Amino acid sequence: MKALSQRRRHPLAAVALLLLGLLVTGGLYAVAGNVNEAKAQTTNFSAQDIEEGEKLFVANCATCHGIGAVGAPQGAHGNQAGPALIGVGAAAVDFQVGTGRMPMQMSGPQAQAKPNQFSEEQTMQLAAYVASLGAGPAIPEEDLLDVAKGDPAAGGEIFRVNCAMCHNASAAGGALTRGKFAPALAGVSEAHIYEAMATGPQNMPVFSDANISPEEKRDVIAFLKTIEEQGSPGGFSLGSLGPVSEGLLMWTAGLGIVIAFTIWLTQRSS
Amino acid sequence: MSASTDTYVPKTRVGRITNFVDTRVGGSSIVKEFGRKIFPDHWSFMFGEVALYSFVILLLSGTFLTFFFDPSMAETHYDGVYVPLKGVEMSVAYQSTLDISFEIRGGLFMRQLHHWSALMFVASVSFHMLRVFFTGAFRRPRELNWVVGCVLLILALAAGFTGYSLPDDLLSGNGLRIIDGVIKGIPLVGTYISLLLFGGEFPGTDIVGRLYVLHILLVPALILLMIAVHLFMVVVHKHTQYPGPGRSESNVVGFPIGPVYAAKAGGFFFVVFGILAVIAANFQILAIWDYGPYDPSPVSAGTQPDWYIGWVDGALRLMPGVGEFVIFGRTISLNVLLPALAPAGLLFTLMFAWPWIERWVTKDHREHHILDRPRNAPFRTGIGVAGIVFYSVMWAAASSDLIATHFHVSLNDVTYWLRALFFLGPILGFIVTRRICLALQRKDREIALHGRETGRIVRLPHGEFIEVHEPLNDYKLYRLVNFESPEVLPAQPNKAGHIKRSEKLRGSLSRFFFEDRVAPVTRAELEAAHSHHAEVEAPAEKAEVSGR
Ligand code: HEC
Ligand code: HEC
Ligand code: HEM
Repeated sequence: MKALSQRRRHPLAAVALLLLGLLVTGGLYAVAGNVNEAKAQTTNFSAQDIEEGEKLFVANCATCHGIGAVGAPQGAHGNQAGPALIGVGAAAVDFQVGTGRMPMQMSGPQAQAKPNQFSEEQTMQLAAYVASLGAGPAIPEEDLLDVAKGDPAAGGEIFRVNCAMCHNASAAGGALTRGKFAPALAGVSEAHIYEAMATGPQNMPVFSDANISPEEKRDVIAFLKTIEEQGSPGGFSLGSLGPVSEGLLMWTAGLGIVIAFTIWLTQRSS
Repeated sequence: MSASTDTYVPKTRVGRITNFVDTRVGGSSIVKEFGRKIFPDHWSFMFGEVALYSFVILLLSGTFLTFFFDPSMAETHYDGVYVPLKGVEMSVAYQSTLDISFEIRGGLFMRQLHHWSALMFVASVSFHMLRVFFTGAFRRPRELNWVVGCVLLILALAAGFTGYSLPDDLLSGNGLRIIDGVIKGIPLVGTYISLLLFGGEFPGTDIVGRLYVLHILLVPALILLMIAVHLFMVVVHKHTQYPGPGRSESNVVGFPIGPVYAAKAGGFFFVVFGILAVIAANFQILAIWDYGPYDPSPVSAGTQPDWYIGWVDGALRLMPGVGEFVIFGRTISLNVLLPALAPAGLLFTLMFAWPWIERWVTKDHREHHILDRPRNAPFRTGIGVAGIVFYSVMWAAASSDLIATHFHVSLNDVTYWLRALFFLGPILGFIVTRRICLALQRKDREIALHGRETGRIVRLPHGEFIEVHEPLNDYKLYRLVNFESPEVLPAQPNKAGHIKRSEKLRGSLSRFFFEDRVAPVTRAELEAAHSHHAEVEAPAEKAEVSGR
């Protein structure tokens, strides 16, 4: 002990400490990474799914994402380049294709959700193909999407801390910079909510299993579904946009009706 | 009821009781005095009343809320009926607001009624103020009442803000955090003031209790006092009126307060109450259960204050991130302090001082009981619109994020545009409004001199086509010709023969305001125009008529 405290000011002490620190964080990171991957390979796709998926991919996605999903350089075929999809996982494909964001229709600040272009089976095949290229988050199992098993109150707290700054505390959506936006979350399926958290589409960060565990993700889903189903106890919610829509109602309808009455009341004499 | 009480002998028991009270309180003379006050009828005169009635509704619904609200910041775990918050840690204040919403019978309605009335209160006060401004009702002898009005407006904002912060939900906490930031931005003493106000490091444990005292005691008491002073002065000064035949600076034409007007006013209270009740019963407001309990770490997207504080929030959003620097190891945050205080300071200073500014520029010290039609005071109307534009730009900036998402434009672009409009908007507003006013005045002049275009085209015997203009009746004519139009009053030397700097400034302001003016039609002009018309119209009677 004494020796250690005497060497405390040795010139190399700082280096040694730094090395130690790096080793510990690196090690922890590797462990955490393994935790993340733990759920990656739970779904098994058949070889035929993968084959069908590859055909669909070449026909619909390769223009942007490249053959073999290795990514395409900017401007190839006059389209906006898509990133490489190796390791994004089946969950990313299920989310992007399932919500209609992919294949991307027009370049803009962010890929827009639109009606789904593929059948459920085709979506699964595409997911199978991309998953076969490298390990990534898998499509969540039914058990993790079961709202009845989630705790909406705990989910609410997680949501307010992690999601409300972009999606608004009542999940009504919000603006990001340069035309990007976090969408309103009513009507999004349980699986897509889970996958959005697991894969972090576009400008949304990834919430890995180390950050928000699968059970906590289920709580978040339970929260979102609960507030969606309960509606608004106080009457029309005016889009849950808060004070802006309330003020707008007061200045238009509220004052408008009052003005109508004042004109009516003072009409006789003039 | 008779005022000569000594000769009056009541016959019934009710009569005896009322007579007993009356001879001691003097009620009948008060009724007589007030009942004979005259209140002119114009719809725009009724917004002071709307403000008054909303305030009464605020007092009633607020009293109900105080029975159940507990302004404590003590920690507790929710154990009520609202499932998505079960077991969540929160303050007692937030919990009691949830209980009012979900467990007290009629509580949610009362909360919503209270909040909607607050929005209506400030909206009607603002509308009332704009009416007073644009018609020039603040001129002598009513300048002091205008000042009392400005104080009322500030008190109304204070009432709203202190109330908004009470439920201790995420939204109100975010708002308080902004206030905390502004306070901390005050050089040298800011941090200490913040520590004192919040009773420790933000959010502290005291602020809700303190705001509660302000909200239910001090601010309403001051408002009541000021309303009393305000209405007393309205009675003393008598109400203003729009120009019209038989209306002069020394009379008021309208209904006596009692009984017709009092009945109407009483009915109108219930109209306002009814409108607010329908809104409160059907539209959700401040859904605190959506926002969750306050916790300093999360900030929600779309965080906005109520509409009447929005413009200050907007100014903060517009400010670019410059102006923060360090002197002697202390950080001066002008980037927060400047937008939070400067625009509001400018607007309120101009508002308070406007009656005197206008008097100084026009050198008009006379009493005015006849109102201006806004078009007949182009400079004032222009200034007023410039102020509205300035306010509205900041107001819009407070919802820049919603503008971006709902109109699918970039948030950055919205901010850049609004920054430009912040400076250019008021100038453009002034120029355009003044032009419109002058154009309307010219049109009025045209109509007064040559009558209204009828659309009837007439061919004269020698072949010329003319349109028949119908002369106005006297009532309408009076409205168009009877106004004052101040003229440029160049800088005047004082007794010693000097022209002082301030006088020069006044002179150039006068030129700026009144250089472009449309003179009212004079009697001579009117007569000349009419005799000319008589010549044209006489043969027109016999001419053949084509078209309609
Ligand atoms: C028009 C070009 C285009 C087409 C066609 C297209 N994509 Fe994309 N894709 C993109 C771009 C660009 C992005 C990156 C979006 C971003 O991050 O802003 C992307 C992102 C993705 C992602 C998310 C990657 C991640 O890191 O999570 C997936 C998964 C994906 N695409 C799958 C597909 C599939 C499957 C198809 C075919 C059905 C397809 N895309 C078709 C342009 C395209
Ligand atoms: C940095 C801001 C940000 C945060 C934080 C964030 N999101 Fe998102 N989120 C986005 C954006 C941007 C999109 C849109 C992506 C797209 O269009 O591809 C999105 C999309 C989504 C979608 C898909 C919506 C749809 O219409 O298909 C879901 C579900 C979602 N987010 C849930 C969450 C949850 C749950 C959290 C918290 C754990 C969260 N988000 C945190 C920005 C964010
Ligand atoms: C709590 C808020 C207020 C209440 C309850 C209130 C009430 C009233 C009432 C009932 C009247 C008479 C009717 C009318 O002209 O509308 C009046 C007149 C007046 N008010 Fe207010 N008012 C308030 C705020 C203000 C404000 C903010 C201003 C201006 C800054 C203002 C300035 C005036 C003036 C100058 C008059 C006399 C108008 C005239 O005679 O034409 N008031 N007020």
